[in-house]
Amino acid sequence: MLIGVFKRPTKTSVLRELVLKEIDDLIIGSIGITAFISLFMGAVVALQTALNLDNPLIPKSLIGFATRQSIILEFAPTFISVIMAGKVGSYITSSIGTMRVTEQIDALEVMGINPLNYLIYPKIIALLFYPFLIAIIMFVGIFGGFLASVYGNLVSLEDFVVGLQDTFIPWHIAYAFIKTMVFGILLATIPSYHGYYMEGGALEVGKASTTSFVWTCVAIIVANYILTQILLTT
Amino acid sequence: MIEIKNLYKGFNEEAVLKGINATFEQGKTNMIIGASGSGKSVFLKNMLGLFEPDDGEIIYSGESLLDMDIDRKSELRKEMGMLFQHSALFDSMTVEENIMFPLRMFSRMKLAERRERANEILERVNLVNLNKKMPSEISGGQQKRVALGRAIANNPQYLFCDEPNSGLDPKTATVIDQLIQEITHERNITTVIISHDMNSVMEIGETIVFLKDGLIAWEGSNKEIFKTDNEAVTDFVYSSDLFKKVRIAQNEGF
Repeated sequence: MLIGVFKRPTKTSVLRELVLKEIDDLIIGSIGITAFISLFMGAVVALQTALNLDNPLIPKSLIGFATRQSIILEFAPTFISVIMAGKVGSYITSSIGTMRVTEQIDALEVMGINPLNYLIYPKIIALLFYPFLIAIIMFVGIFGGFLASVYGNLVSLEDFVVGLQDTFIPWHIAYAFIKTMVFGILLATIPSYHGYYMEGGALEVGKASTTSFVWTCVAIIVANYILTQILLTT
Repeated sequence: MIEIKNLYKGFNEEAVLKGINATFEQGKTNMIIGASGSGKSVFLKNMLGLFEPDDGEIIYSGESLLDMDIDRKSELRKEMGMLFQHSALFDSMTVEENIMFPLRMFSRMKLAERRERANEILERVNLVNLNKKMPSEISGGQQKRVALGRAIANNPQYLFCDEPNSGLDPKTATVIDQLIQEITHERNITTVIISHDMNSVMEIGETIVFLKDGLIAWEGSNKEIFKTDNEAVTDFVYSSDLFKKVRIAQNEGF
């Protein structure tokens, strides 16, 4: 499928418009829900850390440190990608699958258009901008942790900021964005594959969406392990 | 003109097309008829290049489809228009955008020119003031007309229609039939229509190919089909009560 995506490209002006539309649908359209989840998850991470800190020898700044590490290393790239597999992945599979069922893909092919390039290439390009979404999510998640811990009187502002800055390793940000890029490509290609090659009717579109969600999640989780092994342990 | 020579196609070792030979003439409405499962759609998809035949030749104006490389096939497809059974309109686009789609993809027309052309086409298929409607907001008959408009937008040399009347009331079906025939004559294009609707056959079947069990069982015109003694054809034609009564009336001298 991937080879077909890059063959016989669609007219540049059309493709540009399709890419912008996909960025709007897949990235900008996901900011609201992912930011909402992230804000509360950041708050919960901070709360949980604070509630489990009953040893007076452990500094309160650990709340800021734990929030930052959890959000940047795992929550923003991995957890949000699993949510995106449900939101964006199902949308991709069902929209392409419906086009298959209603012969719209055949119509493109008969017109001499490469449907793989026309439908899937813009989604891949759009999801290369996925790290921008994750950067916002990281910020919002840490902000949620700040709100819950500082305004919940669990830690002072100064201690929270000290914790945020404590043993900061810039490579962790790079690691998170490398993961995000890989997850973005998985989010574009696996659901597209399940939609494009589905057979049957409306019922099968639903089944294909579910299957694509499951496989995208599996791929993200496995890729997460492999990337962590490669990027953080060597 | 489209020539089909000795066309074979099967799936999972089950033969669907078993050596088809046919010629579809330019400037005529050529019909492929037959019962469900006779291989009509597979035949059409082979002609369109959506399926790869197991054997045989499909020749477009002297050039074999199977010998064409992918770029030449793409070029040929720009000369094709297709009216799908369920219209296959792009549901994320308005009526006007659907018609302008092939123009946008393959012509250098500016937006204003494309709009003007879309308006001409909408007028030709007797649809006005629907430009901004979405496909889901118009009736099945109107969707068929928009799909026909999209199929002819790029001035194709070949027009393919897959059961253009399915799901339509008899009056709307007649309108679609007449439109297809008028456009075929006006533009002198090769039109191939798949149907099992005998009203359509009577209305516009200038040349007819009757398919049975993956073979051509009969060829002729709409004037000849009611006179043939071919058992397969008479079984098919007179399977409806209406046509049975017509036949009885004919036999009784009415």
